[in-house]
Amino acid sequence: MAKFRGAIVVDTESCKGCNLCVVACPTHVIELNTDVNGKGYHYSYMKNPTSCIGCANCGLVCPDSVITVYKKAIDK
Amino acid sequence: MELTDIIKAENIVSQKSKLITENVMHYCPGCTHGVVHKLLAEIIEELDIQEKTIGVSPVGCAVFAYNYLDIDWSQAAHGRAPAVATAISRLQPEKYVFTYQGDGDLASIGCAEIMHACNRGENIVVIFVNNAIYGMTGGQMSPTTLLGQVTSTTPHGRDEKLNGFPIKITELLAQLDGTCYVTRQSADTPGAIRKTKKAITKAFQNTRLAKGVSIVEIVGTCSSGWKMSPVASNEWMREHMFKKYPIGDIKDI
Ligand SMILES: Cc1ncc(C[n+]2csc(CCOP(=O)(O)OP(=O)(O)O)c2C)c(N)n1
Ligand code: SF4
Ligand code: SF4
Repeated sequence: MAKFRGAIVVDTESCKGCNLCVVACPTHVIELNTDVNGKGYHYSYMKNPTSCIGCANCGLVCPDSVITVYKKAIDK
Repeated sequence: MELTDIIKAENIVSQKSKLITENVMHYCPGCTHGVVHKLLAEIIEELDIQEKTIGVSPVGCAVFAYNYLDIDWSQAAHGRAPAVATAISRLQPEKYVFTYQGDGDLASIGCAEIMHACNRGENIVVIFVNNAIYGMTGGQMSPTTLLGQVTSTTPHGRDEKLNGFPIKITELLAQLDGTCYVTRQSADTPGAIRKTKKAITKAFQNTRLAKGVSIVEIVGTCSSGWKMSPVASNEWMREHMFKKYPIGDIKDI
C-alpha cells in the first residue's frame, strides 16, 4: 500500500489542455475534461483522485505552472 | 482520508513559483518555453538572487519572457542578446546575467554575437532553447532543422544540397576557450526536467566563479510549428532530435 496520499488542484481557467500532465502521471490520475474552460481548452482534472501519490510529476511538466500538488502521509 | 484532509497549505509539495507573474503566458499549449521559464523562476527563487539577476530576452516566441519572470530584463535585437549581456555583465559584474535565445536567434542571425561572446569568455549564462524551427514567424527552417524535417520553407523536408546541414552550434561553442560549462538537456519528462534544473542551477552558480560563458541548450518542441500535439512532439523529439543532438555534458572545466 502507498504510504502517501496526494491530490492536485488545477487552475482550470489557466490550463491549456496540453495533455503533458496526463502522460507524466505514473498512476493515471489525470484526464482532460470533456468540458472546456473559457478559452476553449479541455482542462485537466483528477479523474481517479484516490490513486494520487503526490509525486508532483504533473506539476513539474506543466508549462503553465497551473497545478498545485499536495501530499500527506497516511496515518497508520 | 478525504481530499479536504490532503488539500491544505501545509501539504503543498509543488506550486507556481513566486517569480512567475500572473500574466498568462502567450505560448502555445505544451510549449517548452513555458517549462524552461518555470525552471528559471524556481532556480532564481531558490538561489535567492531575484534582485541580482538580469535576463536578456531574444526575438522569437520568448521575446515577451520579461512579462512572465519577475526579475530585471532587457530585450535585444534579433540575435544580439549576447552583446547586450556582455555590456550588462561588464558594467555590473556583481549581477547574474543571462541570455534566453532560440535556435533561429542564436544559431542564425545571432551566430556572430554568440561566437564572439563565447570567445571573449564573458561572464554570462546562455539559455538556448533549440526547437529546430522559427516558431514565432510560422515554422520556417532554422539552422538546427533536421535533414528531411518538414517546415513551412522546406515542404519536402530539409535537403542538404539545397539547405545545408543542421548545425551543432553548441558543440562549436564548446571548442571556444571562453566557455566553461556547455551542456545539452531536454524538458520532456519529469526526470529530464530535474536534470535541466540542475544544469541551469550550476550555470548560474558559475557566474560567481567568473570562468566564462556557461551554455545550457535545451532541446525542445514547437508543436504548432511541427504540426503535432505536444505529447506527439515530445515523442518525435526523442526519436529524431536526440540522435542529432544527444543529451549530456559537452564541456565542464
Ligand atoms: C532583424 C530581424 N530579422 C527577422 C525577424 C523575424 N523573426 C522574428 S522571430 C524569428 C525567428 C525566431 O526563431 P527562434 O529563435 O528559433 O525562436 P522560436 O520562436 O522558435 O522560439 C524571426 C526570423 C526579426 N524580428 N528581426
Ligand atoms: S500540463 Fe498544465 S496546461 Fe497542460 S493539461 Fe496539464 S495542467 Fe493543463
Ligand atoms: S509557436 Fe512554437 S515556440 Fe512559439 S509558443 Fe508556439 S509552440 Fe512555442
